[in-house]
Amino acid sequence: MLDTDPRVSAPLSAREPFAQAYRWMLLARLLEEKLASLYRGGKIHGGVFLGKGQEALSASLGMALRKGDIFAPLIRDQAGRFAFGEDILDAVRTYLGSKLGPMRGREGNVHRGRPREGCYPMISHLGAMISVVCGGLMARRFKGETGVVGATCIGDGGTSTGSFHEALNLAAVEKLPLVLVVANNQFAYSTPNSKQFACNDLVDRAAGYGIDGHKVDATELDACLDVVGRAVERARTGHGPQLIVATLLRLAGHGEHDDASYIEAELKESALGRDCLREAECALLERQWASAAELDAWREEALRQIEEAVATVQREPAPDPNAENWCALSTPHLDDTFGH
Amino acid sequence: MITYLEAIREAQAKALADDPRVYIYGQDVGSFGGAFKATKNLAKEFPGRVLDAPISEDAMVGSAIGAAIEGMRPIIEIQYADFSTPGFNQIVNHAATLFWRTEVSCPITIRLPSGGTAGSGPFHSQSMEGLYAHYPGLVVMTPATVEDAYSMLLEAVAIDDPVIFCEHKYLYYHLKAEGLPTEALPVGKARIARQGRDITVVTYSAMVHECLAAAEDLVAEGYEVEVVDLRSIKPLDTDTVLASVARTGRLLAVGEAWPWGGVTAEILARVASEGFGLLDVPPRRLNAKNTPVPYHPNLWGTHRPTAQTVARALRELLRL
Repeated sequence: MLDTDPRVSAPLSAREPFAQAYRWMLLARLLEEKLASLYRGGKIHGGVFLGKGQEALSASLGMALRKGDIFAPLIRDQAGRFAFGEDILDAVRTYLGSKLGPMRGREGNVHRGRPREGCYPMISHLGAMISVVCGGLMARRFKGETGVVGATCIGDGGTSTGSFHEALNLAAVEKLPLVLVVANNQFAYSTPNSKQFACNDLVDRAAGYGIDGHKVDATELDACLDVVGRAVERARTGHGPQLIVATLLRLAGHGEHDDASYIEAELKESALGRDCLREAECALLERQWASAAELDAWREEALRQIEEAVATVQREPAPDPNAENWCALSTPHLDDTFGH
Repeated sequence: MITYLEAIREAQAKALADDPRVYIYGQDVGSFGGAFKATKNLAKEFPGRVLDAPISEDAMVGSAIGAAIEGMRPIIEIQYADFSTPGFNQIVNHAATLFWRTEVSCPITIRLPSGGTAGSGPFHSQSMEGLYAHYPGLVVMTPATVEDAYSMLLEAVAIDDPVIFCEHKYLYYHLKAEGLPTEALPVGKARIARQGRDITVVTYSAMVHECLAAAEDLVAEGYEVEVVDLRSIKPLDTDTVLASVARTGRLLAVGEAWPWGGVTAEILARVASEGFGLLDVPPRRLNAKNTPVPYHPNLWGTHRPTAQTVARALRELLRL
């Protein structure tokens, strides 16, 4: 199955999932704006990476997954993380390095997760998470669990890695219920698509792996909910790996240190540069699925949650190097302690 | 009689029989039984649990990490240790960091058929143990005996951390024992393979046998050489090494890997910093030559340390 132009057939979403997705998108956008402001104020160690422009895609994936599924989000998946069940405190604690967070100051920013709850924390090496999700799915199969889906995301740049190829091929050979979402946001840091791949469209690669491919315009929440929802459902019902290639424009730098001056104005003004959050907001008003007053109330509620989380975490202790257990093994008696 | 290779096969059979969380994944490990037959008949005995993998070391190791997160205990067979480099990223950056980052342990065993054999050349002969030992979060085992090949592989599967299991191909068929062991030294504890009072040789894996042969050669010259088999290089049993050097006052470290850095350098550094006063003469190490591993037996036999070159180094140290 290959959806060449899903927007033609994408049905309008029902109000409830659309509004719910919008609220996750809004919360993600506003949290990231807060994180960017903390970064500019020197309150965050290391980088801040925004998912601006990718929220519709990410939220749609998080919403299509269920408790018990596996999700390995990548760097621009705050909205999907929320939809999959991430507590806002996990995000803020990891960015601020609180020792009470899931990573306890050992890891920062987007490198967070709760593997026991199905949310695998990414390593920085692009493509690496795909085979890890495959292994998680193999384990579920060994245990006789059915109806489980494993999903992960990657950018256009990550599709050039050997890991991407090895893992997608492995998933295909093992017919795993993997959903791989490629967010083609046109740039891998500063490198444009033209220097990343030479095929017409990344979705064409699906045929090479013998798996289903789907295309989606990620500026449209309707299309994202529809295409991602259908792909996840196909994986869940035994149709093997699903590759989704979404087109969008990154509406921010690679990280907040990057002014993205290499993105031409023409591209920003094109249909690709539309802001999915604003588009969804207009749709809510046009379809009378929400009033202006409701939108304001949702925004206020999101801001309140963010302020509360940040205020809470800012009062929390930083990790103490003297109290740190400097041991990388879970079998401490096997630690080689010479030189400690 | 049972060979080193059969011991590895038997250990895997026992691990599969004892623990439903164990499975084996690697190239040709299924009905074919593996390139060296280390998984012979296991696919038949344990249906669905010994799986052929595509030639994708990165994805094989990555998948093992995911399965470990979900509670499985995978054994990954890399066909030759040399081919672990395409999987290096998942091993050192992912498996080795998982517990430290997330408090979720990563009980995977990665079997690396290691070291040189005649005619194997640059890409089927490498000794990678020092490379993996460098990284925090990994346990690195280097068994030198049939008994250790069996008992340490079972321990590797039982340990909650990623274990790099360096099994030596040269020992696969050469080395035989009466039977499988019923007890073993704990992992992390070195073994005195031969007692002696004049000089200590610290070594591991196939080099243990070259060093034992060299020690035998020196008996006629009136020297008693003590041979320490490290068994695991990480953790490295520094106490046993220091205690031996305290008895002999002389140290030679022997390894099949390349000379820059690595296990033998680590042994000398530890003894120099913690046991400087125990040494009567400067310590020395002997490694392979600093070139890729050659193909022709004449070249290969000179590239790696042998009983003859170990004996020569021992004589030089003993005459100081």
